[in-house]
Amino acid sequence: MCGAPAQTPTLPPGIDLSKETVIYGVVTDQDGAPVPSAYVRLLDSSGDFTAEVVTSATGDFRFFAAPGTWTLSVLHRTGAARKAVHALEAGLVEAPLILE
Amino acid sequence: MSRADVLVSADWAEQNLNAPGVVFVEVDEDTTAYDGGHLPGAVKLDWKTELQDQVRRDFVNKEQFEALLSSKGIGSDDTVILYGGNNNWFAAYAYWYFKLYGHQNVKLLDGGRKKWELDGRELSKDVPERPQTQYTAKDQDTSIRAFRDEVLDAIGQKNLIDVRSPDEFAGRLLAPAHLPQEQSQRGGHIPTALNVPWSKAANEDGTFKSDEDLRKLYAEAGLDEGRDTIAYCRIGERSSHTWFALHELLGHPHVKNYDGSWTEYGSLVGVPIEKDV
Repeated sequence: MCGAPAQTPTLPPGIDLSKETVIYGVVTDQDGAPVPSAYVRLLDSSGDFTAEVVTSATGDFRFFAAPGTWTLSVLHRTGAARKAVHALEAGLVEAPLILE
Repeated sequence: MSRADVLVSADWAEQNLNAPGVVFVEVDEDTTAYDGGHLPGAVKLDWKTELQDQVRRDFVNKEQFEALLSSKGIGSDDTVILYGGNNNWFAAYAYWYFKLYGHQNVKLLDGGRKKWELDGRELSKDVPERPQTQYTAKDQDTSIRAFRDEVLDAIGQKNLIDVRSPDEFAGRLLAPAHLPQEQSQRGGHIPTALNVPWSKAANEDGTFKSDEDLRKLYAEAGLDEGRDTIAYCRIGERSSHTWFALHELLGHPHVKNYDGSWTEYGSLVGVPIEKDV
């Protein structure tokens, strides 16, 4: 992603980023190409399921969480990945995922 | 009731896409998912605009349900195979809804859209044309639907199962995290409710866990099999998934789904709420 402009998620209208903790990113393959239709899970600090979304045509995903420690887990027929995310406060938290 | 009576595998589905008397129906939270590709021959049901009354907060009535299914080309004797995204949340909700209106032959596709996609099976954008039918529904079977007064009376008396995530149960989140969190209702859970998240009943590919694993899950959570059970979540779709596991897979006789769920309970004036755990 060197030199690429910062990615920002598409948000529904009226979202107050002083209250919402938005964890978002793009799922890409080893070559950096975005992966649509990947299943991304948000797990809480105990590893319990909190939500799941399917990536868009551009590989994007987005969660409305809360400050804390989370884990992202992605599943696609071509690969999988897992990553810890620390959200210190409300606002945008970017967490790109690369399939392994 | 056995697993084969209520669930079909992706392999079975693939072999029966064109079988006479079998109708595949996709029900999703993201109602545009169908348009991007669905099981070949499947019709779409929109849980929000077609299964909900568009003015009052309630389901469509019996006559409206009959008109809806007739227009979709679904017959009262057809075997309806429901599937969808979100690990079948809304498909399970539709399953419970079909049972509420007395449809006999209805099954879930185990793993729903997710397993189908992860397996790399065929998706089609063609919308089938099915001839209009004369669907007849039965009166609502309220032995599987709980209302708020019954839920209040159940505190400390029946099994209450809150199937939301631990963070929602504790009041730290007000909705599953793919949705914005700002909501009007208070956070927390109904006193005496057990927290058994729906996700514990499913494998990561969206299929249901084995009967043995499910029995163990609810036993370890402290579910009293000698008591009636009411399951709830935020709007009644995830609790339909757990209702399916308890009532249809494990055969517990007295299980209700509280479709008002937290969006109703958490907005009621004066009712008891517990927070944290």
